[in-house]
Amino acid sequence: MKPGGFNALFDPKGIIVAGASTHPGKFGFVALHNLLSSGYTGRVFATNLEGESVLGIDTVADIDELPAGEADLVFVCTPAGANLELLRKCAAKGVRAAFITSAGYGEAGPEGMEAQKELVRVAEELDLLLAGPNGQGVISTPSSMCAQIVAPFPPRGRIGIASQSGNFVSSFNNYARHYGVGVSRAVSAGNAAMVTVADYLEFYADDDETDVGLAYVEGITDGRDFFDRMRAVAERMPLVVVKGGASDVGARAAASHTGSLATDDRVFAGACRQAGIVRAPTIEEAYEAAATFATQPLPNGPNVCVVSTAGGWGVVTADAISRTKGLRLLPLPDDLRTELDQHLPPRWSRNNPIDLAGGETKDTIPTILEIAARHPAVDSVILLGMGIQGNQGRMEKTGPFYPEHGLARIVDYHERQDRRFTEAAAAISYDVGKPILTATELSMADPSNPAVTGCRDTGKLCYASANRAVTALAHLWQYARHRQRRGLA
Amino acid sequence: MPTLSEAESKRLLAGHGVPVLDERAANDPDEAAGAADAIGYPVVLKLCGDAIAHKTERGLVRLSLTDADAVRGAAAELLAAATTEDGDVSLLVAPMVRGSRELIAGLANDPQFGMTVMLGVGGVLAEAVADVSFRLVPITRVDAEDMIDDLATQRLLGPFRGEPAVDRERLVDVLVGLSDAAVEHPSVASADVNPLIIVDGVPVAVDALVELTA
Repeated sequence: MKPGGFNALFDPKGIIVAGASTHPGKFGFVALHNLLSSGYTGRVFATNLEGESVLGIDTVADIDELPAGEADLVFVCTPAGANLELLRKCAAKGVRAAFITSAGYGEAGPEGMEAQKELVRVAEELDLLLAGPNGQGVISTPSSMCAQIVAPFPPRGRIGIASQSGNFVSSFNNYARHYGVGVSRAVSAGNAAMVTVADYLEFYADDDETDVGLAYVEGITDGRDFFDRMRAVAERMPLVVVKGGASDVGARAAASHTGSLATDDRVFAGACRQAGIVRAPTIEEAYEAAATFATQPLPNGPNVCVVSTAGGWGVVTADAISRTKGLRLLPLPDDLRTELDQHLPPRWSRNNPIDLAGGETKDTIPTILEIAARHPAVDSVILLGMGIQGNQGRMEKTGPFYPEHGLARIVDYHERQDRRFTEAAAAISYDVGKPILTATELSMADPSNPAVTGCRDTGKLCYASANRAVTALAHLWQYARHRQRRGLA
Repeated sequence: MPTLSEAESKRLLAGHGVPVLDERAANDPDEAAGAADAIGYPVVLKLCGDAIAHKTERGLVRLSLTDADAVRGAAAELLAAATTEDGDVSLLVAPMVRGSRELIAGLANDPQFGMTVMLGVGGVLAEAVADVSFRLVPITRVDAEDMIDDLATQRLLGPFRGEPAVDRERLVDVLVGLSDAAVEHPSVASADVNPLIIVDGVPVAVDALVELTA
């Protein structure tokens, strides 16, 4: 696969939207709308059979009317029957890549499959990179490009997405919008006639804008080839994969005992472990794992320290850690306990989880967090119980007594403190080079809570539960351990 | 698909470091008794042949034989039970080993991923429990260690009912040995080491069956 084609697909200097429509219900309208709305700064051209003006763009009826050398990507919303000629004309104008949204190809029976083969043949002849067909589009935040027939456009970030399902691209991007941990590139592979999910992931592995791969796959046509290539990708960057679709167990010869236990999924699971691929069972877990890889350093070991402002959270988090394969709740080292004693009232838990038992004063949380994170036996920290005071502040702010009775001042203080704590978590994590994950359901219940916005504004994901933070951290440690044990830097 | 006899299967796998019992072939009851004397009692006696795959179902395995007379008697019965379809047959004398833990290991060809190595918890509940781990051939020692870690029933691998913990290095030898066997013999279509009994913490292949591609 030629890198030039990928560069044209993800960072085009100009784009032609073929089949732009004046009807806001048509893909040809939505594609142009999304492209023009996302801040893309390259040149935008569009074709329309009548040559009408669409969203302020003067369209042309024929590609021949466009200047040469101004666009290197064509985004195709025309019917399948028009596309061969379209590709030829675009290539003549200097286009290097085509994203085909059109249906009626491989997904549409034997005739569609023939049309798809012809499409690939023509693209190869023209030296065009062909994405799709039957895909939803491509996103590239460094180019502010949302060439997609669906929402949303995610914030900029370091996650590269490739999916066999266009809707899961949208799902991942919706999570990115919600949590604020963003995306570099995202592409729906559609029928993947020429370019497959594996090809996109290989491009991401070498892409300066991308630190983490995130993929959804269903059918894998050559497992061994996929395995070999993804192992190479996972050596260069963390790769999170969700696999959907049950296997055709019936097709398997169950001649031996071993064979009858070898369901497709167990073999896939083993292949992922062997290749260092992070496999997630659900879309949200996959996103959260990828977002954690994108925003936290890798832990050097399994030992987790839990810091909590109250008891119950710490207890269930300890349980969650014990359920993982690999993470360990660090028994509190004596020297760490002694040091913490100097900063906490006698009723604190004196063990891990470090339960502050409501004993915190103005600077307690950042102080304790830093002492814990700095201790050489601690590999990672989970911070719980943030945002409580800000949540009270929200109730007071919207209640009947605000701003009287001293409420204005105290609410302001708590908002600043909450925000300061999660900002401190990010700063300490950066300073000591260890993951610090903040978890509170306020991440979902009230994303405007100052602890949550503090987390978000420092680029970190605020986990919706301790359980989810533990799950994400377990993925990080498994990947880090995989690398350590194989001597990968 | 053609299968190797138990003795040939074990010879092939033992050549790659899969530990097998000190077994001896015998052609008649007296030879079997002599072999049993050399191994030490109790012994197990089996009827083996390239065409015999399901010995237990046909009653071709005799356990816990404690003296030479018992071996002679069992050997005569087994030879008499052979049918013309069984082709050439011989007797196999093996020490009777005991261990309360059984694992399964093997090689299986996946239509998508090619040859795989498998490790699982064995015994009569193996398929219901389905505690298994796979890797693609070839595997490294680190991969094999990961496979052992993958098993959900980790408690089975620690000290168990008065027996010591499973020697993980020896278990790694079994898995890497299977992988090496698959690499070196592309004609191997599958292999079943079942049971792989843990004897005093050490895995031993008590039965093995290697299938070849037709």
